[in-house]
Amino acid sequence: MALSFMEGNEALARGAIAAGCDFFAGYPITPATTIFNNMLQMLPPKGGICVQGEDEIASMGYCIGAAMAGKKTLTATSGPGISLYSEQISFAIGSEIPLVIADVQRLGPSTGSATRGADSDIQFLRWGSTSGVPVIVLAPKDALDCYVLTVHAFNYAEEFRCPVFIASNKEIGMTKESFDMDSVTLPPIVERKMFKGNNFLPFEAEPDAAPPFLPIGDKTLVRQTSSTHGPDGYITIDPEVIGATQKRLRDKIHSARERITLYEENIKENSDTLVISYGVTSRAVEDAAAILETKGKAISFLSLKTLWPTPEALIKKKAAQFKRVIVIEMNLGQYVNEIRRILPEKKVEFYGQMNGILIAPKTIMEVIENE
Amino acid sequence: MNSFLNKSRPPVYCPGCTHDKISKGLDKAFDHLNFAPEDIVIVTDIGCSGLFDTFFNVHALHGIHGRALTYASGLKLANPKLNVIVTMGDGGLGIGGAHVLASCRRNLDITLIVLNNFNFGMTGGQYSTTTPMDAVVGSEFLNQAEMPLDICAIAQSAGATYIDRCSGHDDLLQKKIAAAITHKGFSMIETLGMCTGRYTKRNPLTPKSIDKIVADMPEYSGVVEKNNRPEYGERYTALAKERTIFPKAVTIEKQIDIPDYERQEVVILGSAGMRIVTAGDLVCNAGICAGMNVSMKNDYNITVLRGQSVSEILISPQKIGYPGIESPTVVLALSDEGVARRKNIFATLKQATFVLKEKSVDIPKTGANVVEIDFRQFKIKKHDWALAALGIIAKKEKAINKPMLESALKTRFNEKVVQLSMQTIGKIYDSEII
Ligand code: SF4
Repeated sequence: MALSFMEGNEALARGAIAAGCDFFAGYPITPATTIFNNMLQMLPPKGGICVQGEDEIASMGYCIGAAMAGKKTLTATSGPGISLYSEQISFAIGSEIPLVIADVQRLGPSTGSATRGADSDIQFLRWGSTSGVPVIVLAPKDALDCYVLTVHAFNYAEEFRCPVFIASNKEIGMTKESFDMDSVTLPPIVERKMFKGNNFLPFEAEPDAAPPFLPIGDKTLVRQTSSTHGPDGYITIDPEVIGATQKRLRDKIHSARERITLYEENIKENSDTLVISYGVTSRAVEDAAAILETKGKAISFLSLKTLWPTPEALIKKKAAQFKRVIVIEMNLGQYVNEIRRILPEKKVEFYGQMNGILIAPKTIMEVIENE
Repeated sequence: MNSFLNKSRPPVYCPGCTHDKISKGLDKAFDHLNFAPEDIVIVTDIGCSGLFDTFFNVHALHGIHGRALTYASGLKLANPKLNVIVTMGDGGLGIGGAHVLASCRRNLDITLIVLNNFNFGMTGGQYSTTTPMDAVVGSEFLNQAEMPLDICAIAQSAGATYIDRCSGHDDLLQKKIAAAITHKGFSMIETLGMCTGRYTKRNPLTPKSIDKIVADMPEYSGVVEKNNRPEYGERYTALAKERTIFPKAVTIEKQIDIPDYERQEVVILGSAGMRIVTAGDLVCNAGICAGMNVSMKNDYNITVLRGQSVSEILISPQKIGYPGIESPTVVLALSDEGVARRKNIFATLKQATFVLKEKSVDIPKTGANVVEIDFRQFKIKKHDWALAALGIIAKKEKAINKPMLESALKTRFNEKVVQLSMQTIGKIYDSEII
């Protein structure tokens, strides 16, 4: 047997390469820089392009331009960079530009702590753009997840023509781990649906899907615009056209909600407590549950990997049998509000920590045992 | 003439607006260059100059204010065959200044047409980065307190390889635009014009007076010899082509069988320059050589090459869940800075924990089993202490043993470095002290 040994950021870069990523633009920022470093090593030998923008806004702009020319693009940053990305993220959402954005989260607010982990940006990623159109956010728990979820992220970006976020964390991105890379089964690669036929309209689409794509620079002329547009890509003030597009942007993500729900679970018949968590925290939850089991207390857990769109059906179904639901997060309570919204009839307990250190299994056991 | 203008969307500017002249000049330039519509992309941003993309029947990308050059760069990098034209007003110039500088410096083959009409037309004639101090604009007195900039001078100092400045009413406009597009590299042409809807209402400006403004300003009329250099895309491609080896993942075979191996938590406390991270890597490799799962977190200053360097390693026959240290089994105390960083762990250590302490290092009170070593006595330099310490724990069979360490060194280093490392390790390993 052989094990590969790498940090989460390298695994994420390898996932991008496996997904067919051929363009990266970024700007150095701890703790995401090593994604950039890895892409700079990996893309040139594959004939891909890897560049450093003059700032984060530019890096996103390069990705948008390259994506519109048909490339599969990745960029990577941390919270302060996501702040700068925001205007371009809105553009990519509203104008259906496929991109993958890795956010290796660090402790905020603002410049915060460059080398301290936290799941700082969980609501920011969802709502940090204008208009409130849904986005897809995937949360890895370890290096293996960074590898696999990045392939999913590219697949979703291509299918839905939208930015997809990977909400990593310093504690995953910069932690080196062994895992059996060779025995991983990656999801099949999804390619952008290309337009076939005549009379191409760049934003003409089925009511709950992304429009078929043609790259800027090919034989057929393509229009792209950040302004509110109709199917022809020209600015519009027609309320019906505007309304239909807004609805479609929402429906294309929400109608696929269940299909893009990724998670891990360990549901035990004889337990009355379900612990819901995500990211690196879910590893401590799993350890805590294993230790409590040896003490004769059965604990169930649900570890979410798709955070947005919120896997509502899954959460409802999994939580149904439990008296007690506990949410644990590496922040002071961001996702717990979603859980409470979905489970209004349940008392949802919460433990959060935002002090630059990981939540330990011991702490989680105390939370669970302190009924 | 072959026109690229969009017949169903004819240009609509205020009567007398110079943008109209520039639209027509650009159209003629495309024709002059014998382009096909699909060879061209017009990239625009916000403001009246941002209407250009809709008036042409070519590829188009209209984006956020000031960012047009960023999309243009992505498009050009991805498709070098495209002729990428950016139109930008003096508003976009100000808000996207960093991108103008970067484009000049980088020299990617893009043409930027600056439509300088000395104010923000679309939002009501506010002052911009090019508004004269004595102009009367929609910003009360604010422009009187700020100096306008000369974008051509800035572009030159930022390394632009092609700069032209002319009136938007210049008879030779189409030729000048065509020449800028033909230039291999980043080209910028600043056109000075009239915003009849706003600016010229209170500031007398005519094609004639614009000619005088152009004549009074420093002249820029094409290739900037002193900035001459290869185009970025070609340079990038040439450099990237030399990178032929795809870095494979570090994958380590199980080489040693240790049937009763128990989970270990190793903490190495040192300082920058002591090769702590390398030592941590070696401990991990040693674990993987024995078929174990490993995880490693490092804590060091990223800003300066000084201060603590701490490596925390888990080695386990089981899958590793929580990646933090809970109960260290081995602690290597190699510097005061490192110890200070984790001073709280010492009181919690179990008696069975093996603590190796360098003689010069002070550690807090602990119930653990502490072994002291004087590396200086063995003439081991400070940057080798961590490596030598691994030799000691290997000899004591704490977390790793000698075959594991040797295998780790072989997976990590070339033969020569393995030999040197083994010599360093041997200095203590073979002594009677340990
Ligand atoms: S507002 Fe000024 S720049 Fe805009 S179209 Fe009218 S004259 Fe031209």
